[in-house]
Amino acid sequence: MKRVNGRIMTVFFFALAVLFLAAVTAAGWVFSEEALVTDFSRKNLGPGLQYLFGTDWLGRDMFIRTLTGLSMSIRIGILAAGVSSVLALLLGTMAATMGKTVDAVITWVIDLVMGIPHILLLILISYALGKGLKGVVVGVALTHWTSLARVIRGEVMQLKEALYIRTARKLGVGGFEIAWKHMFPHLFPQFLVGLILTFPHAILHEASITFLGFGLSPEQPAVGIILSESMKYLAMGRWWLALFPGLFLVFTVVLFDVAGENLRRLMDPGSVHI
Amino acid sequence: MKAHFIFIGKQTIRMLLLTFFVSLAAFILISISPIDPLQANVGQVALGSMSPEQIAKLEAYWGVGEPPAERFFTWAGDFFRGDMGVSLLYRQPVAKVIGVKLVNSLWLMAIAWLMSGIAGFVLGVLAGLREGSLLDKLIKGYSLLIASTPAFWLALVLLMVFAVWLKILPIGLSVPIGVEASGVTIADRIRHAILPAVTLSITGIANITLHTREKMIEIMESDYVLFARARGESTFEIVKNHALRNVLLPALTLQFASISEIFGGSVLVEQTFSYPGLGQAAVTAGLGSDVPLLLGITVISALFVFGGNLTANLLYGIIDPRIRRGGARA
Repeated sequence: MKRVNGRIMTVFFFALAVLFLAAVTAAGWVFSEEALVTDFSRKNLGPGLQYLFGTDWLGRDMFIRTLTGLSMSIRIGILAAGVSSVLALLLGTMAATMGKTVDAVITWVIDLVMGIPHILLLILISYALGKGLKGVVVGVALTHWTSLARVIRGEVMQLKEALYIRTARKLGVGGFEIAWKHMFPHLFPQFLVGLILTFPHAILHEASITFLGFGLSPEQPAVGIILSESMKYLAMGRWWLALFPGLFLVFTVVLFDVAGENLRRLMDPGSVHI
Repeated sequence: MKAHFIFIGKQTIRMLLLTFFVSLAAFILISISPIDPLQANVGQVALGSMSPEQIAKLEAYWGVGEPPAERFFTWAGDFFRGDMGVSLLYRQPVAKVIGVKLVNSLWLMAIAWLMSGIAGFVLGVLAGLREGSLLDKLIKGYSLLIASTPAFWLALVLLMVFAVWLKILPIGLSVPIGVEASGVTIADRIRHAILPAVTLSITGIANITLHTREKMIEIMESDYVLFARARGESTFEIVKNHALRNVLLPALTLQFASISEIFGGSVLVEQTFSYPGLGQAAVTAGLGSDVPLLLGITVISALFVFGGNLTANLLYGIIDPRIRRGGARA
């Protein structure tokens, strides 16, 4: 059998990841009403052919609930990954180019954000914003930029001294044009990988913070809520309430982690041929 | 030697300053909160039936209406003197609440930190040594999977298997229910700590394993390992004499830097197992608007995180002879 090379694998994983994302989001949209339907004639059913993931104590179909919950988490994750990576790009570049004071302040802020354990920071932000959906979204979006900002800062620091940038500067090209035309194309791969790898992190943290009871209300069936509700019924042996939603969550995260890691390896010339 | 002390001094001052700013940031976040502690804890109905005097008294107790800047400096000043205020939910000094919870959590975190560090390191070395082998693939796959698994879900799964299904371990808390405090044995405590500690250890392993593996692969491909092989050293000797020394340093740094993650994990795990530790207290404080307790826990945890980073920096200087010599010259 011919060995499948890294490029094809990456394309494959990406297609799979995007397809999965689209399917879950679409399903969540279609089933958003059905996820709340209760039917007492079918409560506490184990997983079977008719109800793939079983039903809960109100007779809600867990498969549909999981899909809608996951689609919610995915939307929050995409938003958070987008905001965080743009923030990282901006702050990282600013730190590297705008002089010592700005650099010191931004580095300081990065250290500060990293000094508070992530979950605790999310609790604080959620508390500051009054614990709604807003608190979760803002919290997850504003806390995932630190490590990527560090990477970008280092990268820009090196770029600044590169011959072609120095030449451009000598030729009188403006600062913004240098940043856009010469630096950004160079940074783009790093940025893209950062963006993709932030996404699973954001989803995990969103699930964690909602699991703890901050943010989303029980009517919004996010994965974290579903799992925290399932805790009450665990001792009665209703294992399916916790197992399947969690598995789905893990599957989503793994898919994007693997896709992102593959992309990173492809873009890094040191390991591209392995 | 003098340079070394200056280095330590600088790092310590930096750490204290950072902690101060962490407390300031946390304080700002808490004071912009629109949550009215009265509404959250007393409830709309009860408030409606109270006289204005009663409400005023409650407002004074929960600190409603004082200017934030003044409050911060009062709080910070007291904190510096060792008075962290009174927890509003537990009705005890925050220092005392944190002290009790911290002991419970430290157990867990210390065990998890050691176990995940040692196991992760060993697994990483084994995987990196035989890159591409079945063992390597298994270890790598396992680490990637665990890195993607939320700690609380893993906790739920372990609960389902060991507490509900097999019934060999207790389902939660740190002591048996309905037993007097004096009747609780060490064995009871250990039995209750097993599941949380195992969960935390398992989740902590992934990071260190993957990192060690990468480093190990790099080292095994290096020139000095090739030369050692040419000299006729066996694989065991190469690992013992060359690889371990070089791979241990970054692993140690990473492990000390991971304290923040272990702490975050403990919040989730303690909540799932109803284990009365610092993490659970943080969640309770956040949900119940117990501002002094939440602030206290934030500062304590930041001290731990920065302390870990500081230790890593110092250890680097002690363990790595290159940095030791370089540091003395600088």
